Amino acid sequence: MSTTTTSPKLNRIGLPLAAYKGGKTTLCAGCGHNAISERIIEAFFELGVDLQWVAKFSGIGCSSKSPAYFLGGTHAFNGVHGRMPAVATGALLANRRLIGLGVSGDGDTASIGIGQFVHLVRRNVPLIYIVENNGVYGLTKGQFSATADLGSMLRNGVVNDLPPIDICALSIELGATFVARSFSGDKKQLLALLKAALSHRGLAVLDVISPCVAFNDHEGSTKSYKYVKEHDEPLGDVHFIPSYEEISVDYEPGTTRDIRLHDGSHLLLSKLPEDYDPTDKMAALRTLEEARKKGEHLTGLIYINTNSKDFIELLNLTDEPLATLPVEKVRPPKEALDEINESFR
Amino acid sequence: MTPSDIQVEEAQSVPETKKVVNDFSIRVATVNGTGSQTSNLVLLRALFQMGIPVTGKNIFPSNIAGLPTWFIIRASKDGYLSHTRDNQVLVALNPETAEEDVHTMPAGSAIIYDEPLKLDRLRDDVVFYAVPFNKLVAPICRDPKLRKYVRNMIYVGVLAHLLAIDKDEIARALNKQLGRKKKALEMNWAAIEVGWQYAQQNLTKRDPFLLEPMDRNWDKILIDGNTAAALGCIFAGVTVVSWYPITPSSSLGETIIDYMKKYRIDKETGKATFAVVQAEDELAALGMVLGAGWAGARAMTATSGPGISLMAEFSGLGYYAEVPAVIFDVQRVGPSTGLPTRTMQGDLLSTAVLSHGDTKHIMLFPGSAWECYTMALEAFDLAEEFQTPVFVMSDLDLGMNYWISDPLPYPDRPPNRGKVLTEDDLRRLGRFERYRDVDGDGIPYRTIPGTPLPAYFCRGSGHNEQAEYTERPDAYVRNMDRLARKFETARQRVPAPEIIDSSGARVGIIGYGSSHYAILEARDQLRARANLETAYLRIRAYPFNEQVEAFVRRYAPVYVVDLNRDGQMRALLKLDLPAELASRLRSVRHYDGHPIDARHITDDILSQEASL
Ligand SMILES: Cc1ncc(C[n+]2csc(CCOP(=O)(O)OP(=O)(O)O)c2C)c(N)n1
Ligand code: SF4
Ligand SMILES: [Mg+2]
Repeated sequence: MSTTTTSPKLNRIGLPLAAYKGGKTTLCAGCGHNAISERIIEAFFELGVDLQWVAKFSGIGCSSKSPAYFLGGTHAFNGVHGRMPAVATGALLANRRLIGLGVSGDGDTASIGIGQFVHLVRRNVPLIYIVENNGVYGLTKGQFSATADLGSMLRNGVVNDLPPIDICALSIELGATFVARSFSGDKKQLLALLKAALSHRGLAVLDVISPCVAFNDHEGSTKSYKYVKEHDEPLGDVHFIPSYEEISVDYEPGTTRDIRLHDGSHLLLSKLPEDYDPTDKMAALRTLEEARKKGEHLTGLIYINTNSKDFIELLNLTDEPLATLPVEKVRPPKEALDEINESFR
Repeated sequence: MTPSDIQVEEAQSVPETKKVVNDFSIRVATVNGTGSQTSNLVLLRALFQMGIPVTGKNIFPSNIAGLPTWFIIRASKDGYLSHTRDNQVLVALNPETAEEDVHTMPAGSAIIYDEPLKLDRLRDDVVFYAVPFNKLVAPICRDPKLRKYVRNMIYVGVLAHLLAIDKDEIARALNKQLGRKKKALEMNWAAIEVGWQYAQQNLTKRDPFLLEPMDRNWDKILIDGNTAAALGCIFAGVTVVSWYPITPSSSLGETIIDYMKKYRIDKETGKATFAVVQAEDELAALGMVLGAGWAGARAMTATSGPGISLMAEFSGLGYYAEVPAVIFDVQRVGPSTGLPTRTMQGDLLSTAVLSHGDTKHIMLFPGSAWECYTMALEAFDLAEEFQTPVFVMSDLDLGMNYWISDPLPYPDRPPNRGKVLTEDDLRRLGRFERYRDVDGDGIPYRTIPGTPLPAYFCRGSGHNEQAEYTERPDAYVRNMDRLARKFETARQRVPAPEIIDSSGARVGIIGYGSSHYAILEARDQLRARANLETAYLRIRAYPFNEQVEAFVRRYAPVYVVDLNRDGQMRALLKLDLPAELASRLRSVRHYDGHPIDARHITDDILSQEASL
């Protein structure tokens, strides 16, 4: 099976991998967020994304700092805590051609930012939205976040006794059109999901478990490397075939689904549990709930809907970016004002 | 009240010397949610069409139906467009407030009341006219659900007859108010007729108040500030609007939507050249505006005090990250459980420095509906020129009440999009450094996403000239000093104050926003009542330019008129002016939630002058 045929040195648009790198990370060595940055670099490099069009967004947290460490030559907006969805929404409305990539944390998304996240999902804003989920607030030194599992323990022995917010289940419930969970340590799965997200039209939610080595990687934590490796329950294998490549994967019929993405790329889901249908909302929610009961982290593409309109289409926006429309397009003529003045006489 | 057999001619039977023509005000007291706003606007518009200088003030509760509401219509042959507390004609339809309403009227007033209220027993120094509204409405409106609305149109007919309002103008005004709603139009016209007929047949004119056509408004329009502001945004070329409903700013957002649908759908493609989003809250609203502004769009939001509070964090980010944004603050009284439907200039201090750290914001103060429009145009230019949030400080009185205004002027220049780097700039400058002050005005160059020009990482204040992350003290100080320099540049570019110097004046008045017309009238009252000549400076923007300081040096004392308890503008002036000038500033404050009136200013200044 092959996911890519690009030359190891230069990609489709003639750029080396180095062009996709960012500044040197200041996060802790071993932090899951760093691994996610690396996968982002690979995904964008391998697909030959034109960096001129990329806009990175983030909130506040260790995770939200990471856009400085990948895709260096691109525009980025590091906003305020929990409010990245609004900033990204505004920017993507201003210029519909931008390829929006948002990075948030579990605190940033599920605590302070839950309101904005909920509405981002409802609007189906065309954005890749990655939650680097470590179950704690890394940057403020290890307090529980709202995604901490019941019974998970902090280093100081405090046990979480509140139910977690499941970002994937919540998103599905709210009408999200692309919902996946992955693990920062699962290179192959995460890379394929990132590429698929790039080809999806609408919001792509990627909840990526990303252990915090400083504050949540100990015995008793349900988001430590050890626990996640032992309890990662992949929902089959995910293969991404870009639009410009032939599908050449052998798969057993019945357990594989071929999902055609908006730009003509394909997402092949193989070894799925018998009759799992990722376009079935109820099935997705049920499967998540079953995994939760078993203390497992269900990963993979959990839900997808390729038929919904995104926010840009809903608002019937003109094809040109609003930001750079010429004055003739945005200032009605003098006759219009004359007519309006007349109506107030 | 006994019906009279003397008829129409009665209107003319007031002795010529006693006539009060085009110089009185009408207070209509009703219950909200009964459609009285439509009746009042018909009256207001009819007077406007008659060429009479007129103002209308809606004093309404934070409620949908059932609480007291008043509408004050003032006709002023001398052209005073401010609010007045001295009313001479009362329409008393609200049983709950009727007695108090009657007692507040001066002797000689005319009072039209709902007959069952039997108000004529309360006083004998005013003229009462009883009208049996329920009896009159029954035959013209079968539907009991509609009756309470139609009933209120009857007083329009009664007033039209008693005050001699041109019936054709009433018809035209009604048509304008109800436009295409044909059935409503017919039923309401029937109500007006019934009121007119009743007055003609049963009421003997015994008060001196009359309206006569004038020729004052032929070149004017009648408009509320929020509509004017919405149009300003549209003609400024706004493309992204994000807002969260809050009285008194909601109609600004709603009006933008209405006009956008009409004027900003591309004729060829049928697609929108704008995006309007009703956000989930004001944090999101400003967040979207900043995202759009950063990406190069002209973006705006409209809100009021509680929304401004929620926008604090993003305002600071906008200031430090240097992102253009236009924020309309249609100010109102205090918290949501304060008097949210009453007017106030309440957010000056909090907005001037909204957010954390050393933030300072540009504020514009429209003093008329006309300026709500022109300042919207200016706000977008300033926001992009200075790459910063610009707050337009309107208020409920300006925004929601109707004002006679000059027609809105078509913009005379293209939008100023500010220092957005071009390829030529890049060649000239050699390289792009997002936060370097290459021109010495504190304003750096920016690039926007989606162009081949160099990108940068946008974040708060922790960066150097190259927009690289740093926490170095020297880099931080350099950046903060440049931001201060930028603010100094803005001093000269924001709208200058409007100054009326007066030879022989010792006393100065400083005002801003919705107190403008009351101050103009107060200056005449001060001259007439106490021979006190005053000079007047109207602040139109913050930061203040040097003319403000010069004015305070020329006159003493200088009375600063504020619609708030603590004299917020005076406080802001004190922060800005040299310390030795502070003692010249005195305060005239008004904060009961109603629009300010001239008499309040006159009385206050005279009593302070007396105690000097
Ligand atoms: C309004 C506001 N409140 C609190 C903070 C402090 N703060 C910074 S990061 C953070 C939590 C971040 O947690 P998460 O999003 O999970 O990111 P992580 O560091 O774990 O990657 C908090 C509470 C802030 N920056 N702003
Ligand atoms: S504190 Fe935790 S989340 Fe933050 S950088 Fe270190 S490991 Fe990563
Ligand atoms: Mg976290």
